[in-house]
Amino acid sequence: MYQFNYHRPSTLDEATSLMAGAADGVYLSGGMTLIPTLKQRLASPSDVIDLGAIPGLTGVTVNDGTVSVGGMTRHAEVAASDAIPALADLASRIGDAHVRNRGTIGGSLANSDPAADYPAALVALCGTVHTTTRSIAASDYFTGLFETALHDGEIVTSVDFCMPEAAAYEKFPNPASRYAVVGVMVARCPGCICVGVTGAGACAFRATALEEALAAGFSPDAVDGVGIDHSEFNSDIHASAEFRGHLVGVLTKRAVARIA
Amino acid sequence: MEITLTVNGAAKTVDVADNALLVDVLRESLGLTGTHVGCDTSQCGACVVHMNGDAVKSCTVLAGQADGADVTTIEGIGDPDALHPMQEAFRDNHALQCGFCTPGMIMSAIDLVQKGGGALDEAAVRDGLEGNLCRCTGYHNIVKAVLAAQSNG
Repeated sequence: MYQFNYHRPSTLDEATSLMAGAADGVYLSGGMTLIPTLKQRLASPSDVIDLGAIPGLTGVTVNDGTVSVGGMTRHAEVAASDAIPALADLASRIGDAHVRNRGTIGGSLANSDPAADYPAALVALCGTVHTTTRSIAASDYFTGLFETALHDGEIVTSVDFCMPEAAAYEKFPNPASRYAVVGVMVARCPGCICVGVTGAGACAFRATALEEALAAGFSPDAVDGVGIDHSEFNSDIHASAEFRGHLVGVLTKRAVARIA
Repeated sequence: MEITLTVNGAAKTVDVADNALLVDVLRESLGLTGTHVGCDTSQCGACVVHMNGDAVKSCTVLAGQADGADVTTIEGIGDPDALHPMQEAFRDNHALQCGFCTPGMIMSAIDLVQKGGGALDEAAVRDGLEGNLCRCTGYHNIVKAVLAAQSNG
């Protein structure tokens, strides 16, 4: 295992101070990505700053049409929450039971893996990422492959989601890792229909062509004939860009069928 | 650094390296070698233990993260004269062949049944054991054992 200095602060201020003083620090949330990454020496931080002992960063609360999830809330807790059934369903299909018992929503969103599940929900449910210094709208949050608008030292403290009238998440999981080859969340809200896509591109995005087609008529058939531009999609041993483009349409249809 | 945790009901204080893993503490510092290291990449589930009531892969938890935690390993659930009901069910259903995956399977299965509210069917058990691999491919009997343990309460 790679050598590093381990810290376990008990407040957010202490955590950000430790980060400011570290030569090359990294925050540790659930560790489900970071610890395997350290083992493989794909990351080599000088200091690992564990956020696990900081109180007040967990739980799911509902307040006036907004669902707020603490940054250190584990996937299993979101899966067990009935605030937004589609969000609970999404969380229940992340990784395996052990990953869901340790992995957190803040960690997932900060890492911004192109195949992670939560990013689809963040963009489809018009989410807001709250940090130690500011609030970032979902539309401004994802900036590229493993890249977000987060600055060095910023910590995700909570994530807000708009409560939809109806929503559904469909994914084509990698059979070994359960990461999304493609995942699509469709959300119908008063005045808008959102289609959030993960797995297909460098980071999560909203499929506006599909949203417009569904706004004209909310049925699975409305998806037929909508062109999905896959020219910038990911292509790897699991799926070609063209196949991912096909999956975006298929999964959107399935999600719409579940809630139409 | 020094960490203090409860392992199988007993308080333990252990001096560990900053980069030590929980599974290192259990196996190397405390001699509890029933918890196995299979893949060391959080895929196989041979290292599953309970931490504060949840099944976790101890190869993917830093020792520091377990400071103050309540940990139960395969050694803490029963003994040869009084097996845990899940161990009984594994024995009765021939749910182990080489036995390497068994400690992790049993710790995962106990957590699954405890949280399942008595309502697990075969599909739910297979889904719940997604994170545990048996390279003897003895899954049929493992699933039977978990369902039997649930029925036996």
